[in-house]
Amino acid sequence: MFSASVKYLQILDENGKIDQALFPVELDDNKIIEMYRYMNFARAVDAKVLSMQRQGRAVTYAPLVGEEATQVGSGYAMRQNDFFVPTFRQHALFFMRGLPLESFIISARGFEDGNANSKQINGTSEVVPVASQLPHAVGIAYAKKFNKEDSAVIAYVGDGGTSEGDFYEAINFAGRFKVPLVIIIENNQWAISVPRSAQTAAKTLAQKAIAAGIAGIQVDGNDVIAVYKATKDAIENAKNGPTLIEAITYRMSMHTTADDPTKYRPESDVESWKPKDPILRVRKYLLAKNAWNNELENNMRDEQSKIIDEAVAKAEEFKVDPKKMFENIYSFMPEVLREEEDDAMASNFWQGEV
Amino acid sequence: MQANMVNALNNAIQLAMQENDKMVILGEDVGKDGGVFRVTEGLLDKFGEERVIDTPLAESGIIGTAIGMAIAGMHPVPEIQFAGFMFLSFSQIVNHVARYRGRTRSGITLPMIIRTPVSGGIRTLEHHSESPEAFYSHVGGLVVVEPSTPYDAKGLFMKAAHMQDPVIFLEPTKLYRLFRQEIPDDAYEVPIGKANIVKEGDDLTIITYGTMVSVVSSVVEKRKLSAQIVDLRTINPLDEATIIESAKKTGKVLIVHEAPLSFGVGAEVAARIAEKAIYDLDAPILRVGAPSLPYPFPGDEQYYVPNEVKISNYIDRLLSA
Repeated sequence: MFSASVKYLQILDENGKIDQALFPVELDDNKIIEMYRYMNFARAVDAKVLSMQRQGRAVTYAPLVGEEATQVGSGYAMRQNDFFVPTFRQHALFFMRGLPLESFIISARGFEDGNANSKQINGTSEVVPVASQLPHAVGIAYAKKFNKEDSAVIAYVGDGGTSEGDFYEAINFAGRFKVPLVIIIENNQWAISVPRSAQTAAKTLAQKAIAAGIAGIQVDGNDVIAVYKATKDAIENAKNGPTLIEAITYRMSMHTTADDPTKYRPESDVESWKPKDPILRVRKYLLAKNAWNNELENNMRDEQSKIIDEAVAKAEEFKVDPKKMFENIYSFMPEVLREEEDDAMASNFWQGEV
Repeated sequence: MQANMVNALNNAIQLAMQENDKMVILGEDVGKDGGVFRVTEGLLDKFGEERVIDTPLAESGIIGTAIGMAIAGMHPVPEIQFAGFMFLSFSQIVNHVARYRGRTRSGITLPMIIRTPVSGGIRTLEHHSESPEAFYSHVGGLVVVEPSTPYDAKGLFMKAAHMQDPVIFLEPTKLYRLFRQEIPDDAYEVPIGKANIVKEGDDLTIITYGTMVSVVSSVVEKRKLSAQIVDLRTINPLDEATIIESAKKTGKVLIVHEAPLSFGVGAEVAARIAEKAIYDLDAPILRVGAPSLPYPFPGDEQYYVPNEVKISNYIDRLLSA
């Protein structure tokens, strides 16, 4: 008879206490502080873009607040050669991988130009159709294995995404071809208005790995150290095959700026997650070790808001060239597209008056 | 070599894979079985299972995986067993294959050739006879080709293999083994975006492609008409110059395809002629296609697929207009 189980990993609890036996030895205080800074930076950028959207300076935006540990912990475990495939919410990965913040803001303003350099940081741009990016991650991982590169692919999906056909096709292909792939389910409990409990009868999302014949684990997604460790272990094991990590976190804000969660979600539900905040527990840990203080905290905030303001200012200077819309579809210019472009440019429809 | 379309494609794929060691084939039954139409026969033995990949049975997974391979610098040639099953990967094709270059301002390009058998006339099950070229052409961002001869099949494939663009490569099932012709052994290209004037003529112009090229040619031959026959070969982007020139030359245009008439390729061709050559015409443009309904069960297909009699009837209508 076949039986299987799903392990759960937590290393740093909500009181800032660590499980010494599981704590990764390589994480000295400087590294924890680095992750702490990334999480704060991600939250600060998030707040900035949200306010820009409210002022009409950015397009529809999916906030990440509350999910910083899942993104930063996994991003921190990635090596230079590893490749990431995000959904539309893993904004932190881009900053961590070295994409200029200005490029990210240009994307948030609604221009493709911000995406042009994602491949140079070993990632794709953000993907909107839910779970459709996972088969891509399988193919990228296949290529890494084919080329005998020491590289793993880290792909993301939400809890709602685990109901999509592409999710199942991807984990099945990944297992069949034993590709170096880590799929992280950023389970933030909500697929817009549908709670995790209404998404599937499965007890965990991680157990879906079992059906695909791949490794699976559940982690506390608000524990940056646990997410780091699970991802690092999965990357180290990637040459032997894929891993599915379910990171349990919580969407503290709206699905996107077009959404009003008060319509379907009791405030008490959100309140109950506030003590589990991913940033708060790291601060508690660092304060208790005397590795952090208020002065460092204030300096960090000042530095980060300066970086963000400068990037926003640069990004707002960016002016799109409408010709680029026409000229980046094919490797050649079809006659019909050339005619449409010439007509549009010569007639300047977007500036005239009727 | 003497080759039918299956031989020609098999030869083209082999040559392209020899040239480019990042080219791989993936799909259902493409390896040991050589594909249900045997287009990839023998390739597993030649190139090994890393490059000729029998995948699990999941079309979206096949196209999605091919997208990832292309992102990572490979040149995948996914096969979808029948065009009717390709709709399971429609999201991947429309949302990603067509859009990746634009989304990243050419930062990421997707060189890939998506092969699938199309069109009917071979008395097979439901969903095995669709003609989906208009869907893929409408999206933008996809090159769509459909050869009507072994020569064009090989040349178009070689050209597609040398492009950085995603190409939807539609192979008319009925033409796979319909006839043989002499084709060069070595690699050669047939240009993409360039129609073929199959026959020069002065009295009327017939614009067609795929399964209908040989049917139209047969009617023209039997009736000894002086007809200009244009085989589009590439559906998107259309060779507008050849279309307009041929329309102006005779002033009478008939468009023939197997796909349903409404919102089809014929409508697009007719609109372009109307916009650019209407004063050169001396009759309204006519179109022949299948009725505007889904492909029926095989028992009905003789009533559905345009045949010589229908085409001949429309030629009479055009000439008497």
